[in-house]
Amino acid sequence: MNEANLRIAVVEADRDRALMIVDSLRDAGAHDVTVIGDATGLARRLEDISPDVVLIEISNPNRDVLEEVALASAPTERPVAMFVDKSDSQMTRAAIEAGVSAYVVDGLRKERIKPVLDAAIVRFQLFARMRVELETTKAALAERKVIDRAKGLLMKARGLSEEEAYALLRKTAMDQSRKVSDVAHALVTAADLLG
Amino acid sequence: MNLHRIDCGFVPLVDCAPLVVARELGFAAEEGIDLHLHPQPSWSAIRDKLLFGELQAAHMLSVLPVVMSMGLGAATDRIDALTVLSVNGDVIGVAPDLADRMHQVGVDRNTDPATGVGRALIAAASGPLRVGVPFPFSMHAELLYYWLSSLGLEAPRDLNVRTVPPSNMAEAIAAGEVDAFCVGEPWGSVAVDKGAAEIVLPGSAIWQFAPEKVLAVRHDWAEAERPMALRLIRAMWRAARWLGEAENRLTVSDLLAQPEYLGRPSELIDRALSGRLVLAKNGRPTRLRNFVEFYDCAATFPWRSQAHWIASRWAARTGADREEAVAVGRAAFRTDLYRAALQDIGVDVPGASEKVEGALSVRTEVASAKGEMFLGPDRFFDGKVFDPAETGTRH
Repeated sequence: MNEANLRIAVVEADRDRALMIVDSLRDAGAHDVTVIGDATGLARRLEDISPDVVLIEISNPNRDVLEEVALASAPTERPVAMFVDKSDSQMTRAAIEAGVSAYVVDGLRKERIKPVLDAAIVRFQLFARMRVELETTKAALAERKVIDRAKGLLMKARGLSEEEAYALLRKTAMDQSRKVSDVAHALVTAADLLG
Repeated sequence: MNLHRIDCGFVPLVDCAPLVVARELGFAAEEGIDLHLHPQPSWSAIRDKLLFGELQAAHMLSVLPVVMSMGLGAATDRIDALTVLSVNGDVIGVAPDLADRMHQVGVDRNTDPATGVGRALIAAASGPLRVGVPFPFSMHAELLYYWLSSLGLEAPRDLNVRTVPPSNMAEAIAAGEVDAFCVGEPWGSVAVDKGAAEIVLPGSAIWQFAPEKVLAVRHDWAEAERPMALRLIRAMWRAARWLGEAENRLTVSDLLAQPEYLGRPSELIDRALSGRLVLAKNGRPTRLRNFVEFYDCAATFPWRSQAHWIASRWAARTGADREEAVAVGRAAFRTDLYRAALQDIGVDVPGASEKVEGALSVRTEVASAKGEMFLGPDRFFDGKVFDPAETGTRH
């Protein structure tokens, strides 16, 4: 193995995401990347792999297990610290905002870590964006469902067409300076309560 | 009035109650604070976000500010504890088969519970005892080491304390990765309800008055934003006083049950708040004394002697310079800010900043600014006393 290559462990349970991370790290250099999908016995797995860098999503509760690795005190164990570049805390902040944390072994030079972390940051920013989009879509879908139910209730109770029912919802919302979905929600809740 | 926004992280546990109460009951707003609470997945996440300014304040393990100032852990900086948020509240649970063996061995009821249960646990264990804790730097780990090493177990030879995120604790014990755990509520009760564990001892049986969580801020923030730090302390103190009123308990359970906080049934949360825990699946609730305390007996006061105790335990474990560790560790508990914040509003505060830990077996009146201060029982199970004046500077 080339001396410049790093041994990187990626802790990620989702297979697709793990593959995407591995791909982007390969672009950053010919590194030796191992994915740990099952966090069972994480500390022991990391001891076996003995990585130079560990990448893990900030929202992963198993991050706390890495603190144990940071405490390693036996001479054969390699102490690991969260990568914090005091001269350029911007990078660490960017990583935190993107939702990724990197743990590196003691004494590893900043120039060797930077490309890896940069690549990871880009990838995790993409994940974060995808998550926001997914949540927005989900919320929109849920809203859609409530509005459809409210329309149905109005059509049935007042003998309106679909367009008329929607127009009534929209007019009520405008009169009350509320969102159409809020009015729909109130109507559906009231109907549920009244049985 | 324009409210000043403060972003505060918390881990969804029963002992985040003072933060939730400060926000929901308006104690933060009364101090001009718009308190935004953000749930966090892990203690390392909460620490990092505090260090990098995404959060200005955080619900934090009492041990963490002390050891961070000693330079331990994967990220270090000076973090200050403004006030203690909760005292006690941990439980020790064991796997059902281990509990059965403990019952076969028999728990000696003629001694204190921690000694009786501890001896049975050691006798029933096969091989080194593996115990899960939520974080290496925690009161959970401190209590375990104190308890089991005092009863003769030697770490790491016979005692293997390892980190397991609380949300995985029930699975870890069910999968046989650990034999036992020490964890905060509601996670002990969750494991009991799943039939994965039996609760054998509350943490308070090991140390009757152990500081569990603190409100933490960056040291430079506390210095630069001193008026805001004082306001936070006052808001937390009022929230704690409200929490101390027995008639508010059910409201607290309901508040914490909300999806944005714990998102768990209020009945489950109420077990810890009422101190009536179900110890084994389908068992009857059992009353545990001093299970968790938010207010009474100066529970919120960040005693420097508590920080001293934590620092000297860690110095001994890591071989760090004891005097130096104790000096920086004590400074992390901001008795000075606490006093400045509360004396302004006429609250009685302790006259001293440190005390002998483990000396009181009954509620005792002590010297204070107004002479109305009581301290509660704070004994260690083995009867030892920790006097910071004796242990701190001795070479």
